[in-house]
Amino acid sequence: MSSRIPLVPENAAPLPSLKENNGLLAWVASVDHKQIGIMYLIITLVYFLLGGLEALLIRIQLAHPGNDFLTPEMYNQLFTMHGTTMIFFVVMPFLIGVGVYLLPLMIGARDMAFPRLNALSFWLFFFGGILLYYSFFTQSGAPDVGWFAYSPLSEKPFSLNKGPTYWALGLLASGIGSVASGLNNVVTILTMRTPGMTMRRIPLFVWMIFVTSLLLIFVIPIITAAFAMMLLDSLLGATFFTPAHGGSAILWQHFFWGFGHPEVYILILPAFGIISEVIPVFSRKPIYGYEFVAASTVAIGLLSLGVWAHHMFAVGLGNVANAYFSLASMLIAIPTGVKVLNWVATMWGGRINFATPMLFGTAFIIEFVIGGLTGVAIASVPIDWVVTDSYFIVAHFHYAIFGGSVFAIFAGVYYWFPKFTGRMLSETLGKWHFWLTVIGFNMTFFVQHFLGVMGMPRRTYTYHDMPYWGSMNLLSTIGALILGLSAIVFVWNILVSLRNGKPAGDNPWNAWTLEWATTSPPAVENFELVPPVRGRRPLWDLAHPDQPDEPGAKIV
Amino acid sequence: MENLGGLFNPSSPQMEALAGLTYYTIAISAVILGIIVIAVAYIVIRYRKKPGDDGEPYQDFGNLKIEVVWTIIPVAIVAVLFLLTCSTMRAIDPPPGDREPDLLVIGHQWWWEIRYPASGVMTANEIHIPAGEKLLVRLESIDVIHDFWVPELGRKIDLVPGHPNYMWLVAGEPGVYIGACAEFCGDQHANMLIRVVAETEEEFKKWQEEQLVVPRTPESGIAAEGARLFQTLACMNCHTIRGTAAAARVGPDLTHIADRDTIGAGVLTNTPENLAKWLANPQRYKQGSYMPNMKLSDSEVKSIVAYLEALDEQ
Ligand code: HEM
Ligand SMILES: [Cu+2]
Repeated sequence: MSSRIPLVPENAAPLPSLKENNGLLAWVASVDHKQIGIMYLIITLVYFLLGGLEALLIRIQLAHPGNDFLTPEMYNQLFTMHGTTMIFFVVMPFLIGVGVYLLPLMIGARDMAFPRLNALSFWLFFFGGILLYYSFFTQSGAPDVGWFAYSPLSEKPFSLNKGPTYWALGLLASGIGSVASGLNNVVTILTMRTPGMTMRRIPLFVWMIFVTSLLLIFVIPIITAAFAMMLLDSLLGATFFTPAHGGSAILWQHFFWGFGHPEVYILILPAFGIISEVIPVFSRKPIYGYEFVAASTVAIGLLSLGVWAHHMFAVGLGNVANAYFSLASMLIAIPTGVKVLNWVATMWGGRINFATPMLFGTAFIIEFVIGGLTGVAIASVPIDWVVTDSYFIVAHFHYAIFGGSVFAIFAGVYYWFPKFTGRMLSETLGKWHFWLTVIGFNMTFFVQHFLGVMGMPRRTYTYHDMPYWGSMNLLSTIGALILGLSAIVFVWNILVSLRNGKPAGDNPWNAWTLEWATTSPPAVENFELVPPVRGRRPLWDLAHPDQPDEPGAKIV
Repeated sequence: MENLGGLFNPSSPQMEALAGLTYYTIAISAVILGIIVIAVAYIVIRYRKKPGDDGEPYQDFGNLKIEVVWTIIPVAIVAVLFLLTCSTMRAIDPPPGDREPDLLVIGHQWWWEIRYPASGVMTANEIHIPAGEKLLVRLESIDVIHDFWVPELGRKIDLVPGHPNYMWLVAGEPGVYIGACAEFCGDQHANMLIRVVAETEEEFKKWQEEQLVVPRTPESGIAAEGARLFQTLACMNCHTIRGTAAAARVGPDLTHIADRDTIGAGVLTNTPENLAKWLANPQRYKQGSYMPNMKLSDSEVKSIVAYLEALDEQ
C-alpha cells in the first residue's frame, strides 16, 4: 500500500469461510463472494424450475381454444408470477450471482469491496422471493395483474386481492439488494484490480457487469419510489395512480418503464459479457474489436435510459413524443449490431471447439438476432400499433430474454461449472440439453409471431376458435413440453456431474482470464499468487511469452 | 385456404399502410438474418476444429475500418426505417382537429359501450359503420385501461381512464371484423371481443332507424311477465331498456339485444337458447363477470328471454 488512504478499508477480522466451518451455518453466515455467488445460482435454479412449471401450466391451458384446465383467476396469477419470477428471480439474480462469483477472480482480487454488504444483498433477494411466493398461500392468492401491474387495475377498487401488495413488497426488498450489489460491483471494479489490470484490460464480462451495475444504481430507485407510492395507495388510501380521485393512470407506466426498459438491458448486458468470454476461448482467438465491444456497451447503457415510452405507443402520447421514442429506440440497434458482428468476426478464421458452452454461444447469436430484429421492427410506431400486447410481443421478448439471456446463461454454466465445482458437466447430457432446448424453444415461440399478427392478444386465459389459432397454439404447447424436458436433462446433468463428473483441473478450456489461474474450485482467498497482468489475456501471455498480446507492456 | 386474418387481410386504407410498412421491415430483417445465418453456418463448417489440429489460429485483434463500416450501415438502415415510420404514422393517425367524434367507445370490465352522439344510438360490443366512410372515434374508459384492437382495420389504441383518445376508423368493404381488448384488464380480459359490422350506406341507415325505435313494453303473455321480472328482480339496477325505468350503465344497454350477434362480449352466440343459459348462470360462461348469478327459476328465465326477444319484434 502506498501512503494514500485506501478507498476500501481492509477487513479487520478474518472473514468466515467455507473451509473453516461446515454445514448449513457456514453458508448462512458466509460473506465469501464465492459462497454467496453459489447461493444465488442455486436459488435461481429453483426459481427457474418454478417459473418453468408456471409456463407449462399456462401453455397447457392454451393448448386448444376454450380449454378449462385453469380458472381465469389461476391463469392470471400464473402468468403474472411466471413473468415476475423469470425476470426478477431468475435472470437478474443469476447474472448478479455469477458476477459476484467471478468479478473478484477476474480482476485478481481476494473478495468484493464490501463482503458483508454482498451477503446483505443476497439475503434481501432471498427474503423478497419468499415474501412474493408466500402470497400463493394467502387467502387472496398470488398477484394477478401482470408483471407490469398497470394502475388502476392493480389498485383498489379493481384489485381487492392482496397479491399486488406482496408483489410490491417482495420486489422492493430484492430491489434494494440489487442496488447494493450494483454499488458493490462498481466499487470493486474501480478499486480492487490487481496491478496491471487497467480498465482497458479488464475482461469484457467485467465491463458489462460494470455498466449493468451503474444501470442498477440509476434505475432501481425509480421503481422503488413507484412501489412506495403503490403501497401508499393500497394501504393508506393515497391516490397517486387512481384517476377517479385525481391521480394518473399513466404516471405508473412512466415510472414502471423508466425502470423497466433499462431492466431489459440489465438482463442482457451481462449475457453479452458471458458470450464475449465464451466465443473467443472456444474459437482460440481474441475478441474482435475489444474497444468497440466495450464502448458499445456504454452506448447501450446510456441510450437505454431514454427510450422507456416505446412501451407506451398505444397510450396516446401523441405523434411527436412517439417519434422521439421511436428514433431513440432504433438507435440502440446500432451498438447492438456492432456487437453481433464482432462476435461473428471473432469466430471467423478461428479453430472452433464446439463443446456445449460454444454450442449455446453460437445458437445465442442467431436467436438473439431474431429477437433483436423484431425489436427494431416494434420500435417503429405503426408496427407497434399492430403488434403490441399481442403474441408477437410474447415471441419477441422470449427470443430476447430466453434466446438471448438464458442461452447465454446456459453457455456460462457449462463454461464455469468446472471452475465452481472442480468437475466437468457431462458433454453427452449437455448436447441433449442443447438440442432439446433449441428445438423446443423455436417450436414454442416462432409460431407466436404469426399468432400475434393474426390478432391473438396476450394474457388471455382462453381464445376464440379462429382459423389456424388452435393448431398453432398446440404446436407452441408441444414445444414448451420439449423445453420442460430439456430443463430436466439440465438439472440431471448438474446433479450427476456434481458427484461423478470428470475432474476439471485448473484450466480445462485453456482459457486466458485470471479466474483460470487458480485452483478449481478456487481457494478461500482466491489466489495463491496473482499472475502478472501485462495485457488482456494474462494466461495467454504466460503460455506464449514469445507472442504477447501487448508487446513491451510492463507491469504498472 | 381459409383466410389467415389480421395483418394478412388488411381491410382499410390505414391497415394497408401498416401492412406495407410491416412487410417492408420484415423483408429488411429477413435479409439481415439471412446474412448472419449464412455467415454462422459457413463458420461452423469451415472453422470447426479438425481432429489433431492443435495449433493456435492467427490472432486477429480487429480492424478499425471494418468496424466503422459496420457501424455506418445500420445507421443508414435506421434512417430509412425512421423516415418510413414518421410518414406512415402521419398518414394513419392525422390529428382530429375540432371535429366532433362520430362515435364514442367506452371500455368497461369486460364489455364495450358504443354511442353515436349525432343520432343518439346506443349499443354494446358491436359497432355498425357504413363501409368506406372515415369516422372519428373517441375512446374512453370508466374503470381500468383497456385497448381497442380490430386487427384487420388498423391500429390499436388504449382506453385510459381520465385521458380520452381519438382514432380514425374506416372499413373498406362491408363485412364483419372481429377485434378484442388488447390491454390486460382483469379476470375476463379474454372475453372482451368487439365486432365491427361494416354495411352499405342503406343497410347502415336501416340499422340506425331500427335502433332508434323505442320498444313498447309487452302487455300480455309471458313476455309481459318477463318485463315485470326485469323491473323487480334488480336487472334494472345495472341495465338500460329505453322506454322503461331501467336506465343504468353498469352493464350493456339491452334495448335491442336480440339484434346483436353475441352475448357477453363474445362468449356465446346470441340465440334464445344461449340467452337462457346465460341468464340462468352468467358466471358459468364468464367467471368473474360483474353480472351475478341471479338464481332465476326456469320459468323466470323463460319469461325474461321472451321479453328481451319481444323488444325487437315490434
Ligand atoms: C419453458 C419456457 C417458457 C414458456 C413455455 C413460456 C411461456 C410464456 C407464455 C405463454 C407467456 C404469456 C402469458 C400470457 O400473455 O398470457 C409468457 C409470458 C412471459 N414470459 Fe415466458 N415462457 C418461458 C420461459 C420464459 C423465460 C426463460 C423468461 C425470462 C427469462 C420468460 C419471461 C416471461 C415474461 C416476462 C412474460 C410476461 C408476463 C406478463 O405478461 O406479465 N419466460 N411466457
Ligand atoms: Cu380490456
